Order: sequence, then structure tokens, then C-alpha cells
Amino acid sequence: MFFQDVVFWVLAVVAIGAAVGVVVIRDLFRSALLLALVFVAVAGFFVMMSAEFLAVVQVLIYVGAISILFIFAVMLTSDVRRGNLPNRLQIPAVVLPALLLAAMVVTAVSTEWRLIPDSQQERAGLVQTQSVNILSDNALEQAGISSPEEMEQIQQSGIADLLISDFVLPFEMASVLLLAALIGALALARGREGT
Amino acid sequence: MSLESMLIVAAILFCIGLYGALARSNVIAVLMSIELMFNGVNLTFVALARYVAPQGIQDNIAVVLTGQVFAVFIITVAAAEIALGLGIVFAMYRSTETVNLTEAAQLRN
Repeated sequence: MFFQDVVFWVLAVVAIGAAVGVVVIRDLFRSALLLALVFVAVAGFFVMMSAEFLAVVQVLIYVGAISILFIFAVMLTSDVRRGNLPNRLQIPAVVLPALLLAAMVVTAVSTEWRLIPDSQQERAGLVQTQSVNILSDNALEQAGISSPEEMEQIQQSGIADLLISDFVLPFEMASVLLLAALIGALALARGREGT
Repeated sequence: MSLESMLIVAAILFCIGLYGALARSNVIAVLMSIELMFNGVNLTFVALARYVAPQGIQDNIAVVLTGQVFAVFIITVAAAEIALGLGIVFAMYRSTETVNLTEAAQLRN
């Protein structure tokens, strides 16, 4: 547990420090690189919370694609010289997030969460890790899951199964959304001369 | 590490992103701040999925995955949003030679 706490605090400091850098530093190129660092730290949090699949997706999509897109955007627009200027809304822009942060912290601390009971904690973590089928039967047995029914239940519950059963409607809508975004981005980037 | 500390880190990330989205005048910086906010929300979803017991956990333990599925959808939408947003930024830069929001009043034409 001590090791987990150390990792958590290191990741938290890295994530928050880099996030402050993203919004404060004037050089946009540096803030794009710091943004990639925030994404990596968040991927670390995902691993700590037994969401390994999401951590991989985070590294592939955010670090690998979105950060690169941002760096391209920074390099292709020559406003970079002037950098990341603040606008005239400074006071409301500080007050509103500060109030929101206070409200969220109070909510997080004062709510009586119905936590997963300690006896089931480890099992819930295993189910979440196993959601992409990466653990062997031996690993599950060592974690104390021995009865065949339990084993089957855990083996058969995965993100993919949820996506095509309970969440099939949002899944299909996401595909339509991606297609629309693709066509829209092409139309926007192509400009007027082609039409 | 506990649910509360995780939620507080996520809330701090979200609020830093909100500050950046409100206070910066460069469109690319605003889009980066919006990505920070998305990451805060994703962290919240995954933390709640990891620690909070949903309805029906006794019958089927697979319900603990719901939060992760939500996070997958958010990542999808964020990727689409960034592709479109940067497309708009390039179109704006081509027609007005600036990516500064305070000078971009002509976007309404």
C-alpha cells in the first residue's frame, strides 16, 4: 500500500504541475509537450485503478495522436511568436473555477459513498483488469477465484461484450459521429477553392 | 490512495482546464485546456467505477465495468472534437491570418 501511495502522489504532482504549465506557459509548443505529460500521468492513474485497457487507449490516442495534432497545429499557425496571451477575462476566469473546485472537493469529501465492500475490492479490480482478457487462468486461481462458475463469469465480462450488448446504441452513434466528424474535418480543411 | 483523493485530483485537473479555456486568447491553447477537462472527467468516471458499488453488483460483478465503457465513449468524442476543432482553427487561420480569439469577431460572417 505504501508503494501505491508514493506512486499516486508522484503522479498527482506531475499531472497537476504539468496541467498548470499547459495553461500558464506562454510558449505554445512547450505547453503542447506538457499536455502530453499530463496525458501520460493520467494513463498512470488508469493503470493504478486497474483500467489497463483505458491506459493503453489513452497512450495511443491522446499521447500518440492528439498531442501530435496539437504540435502540428502550433507549427502551422504563425501566431506562435506572440504565444499564449491571457485575455481580458482574468478575474472571472479565476473565480469561477475556484468556486467550482471548492464545490467539487466538498462534494467528494462529504458524500457517503457506497463503496465496494473490502471483501469484493480485489475481485472487482480483477474483473476490470480482465475486461480485455489479459490474465491467465492461473493468475485468477492465485487471486482466490477457484469455482468454475465464477471463473466463467469473470472471463465473459469484458468491455467488448458490454459495447455490443448494453451499450450498442451509443456504440453505433459513436460510429456515426466519427464518420460525420471525419467528413466535416475534411470539408473544413479543404477550403473553398475545391468546390 | 483513496476514492476521495482521486476525485480531488480529477477536480483540480478539470478546474485548471476550465481556467485555461476561459482565460486564454489563443484558440489552440483553449482546445488544449478543453482536453485537460476531458481528462479530469475520465479520471472521475474510472475512479467511481473502481471504488463505488453500483446497483446489482451482487448478481453480476461485470457492472463494475460501466464507468470504463463511459470513458471509452468520452475518448472517442474527444478525438472527434479535436479533429473538427483544429479543422476550424486552420480554416480560421487561412481566412483571417490569426488564431487569436479576441481578434476573431469576423467569424460570425
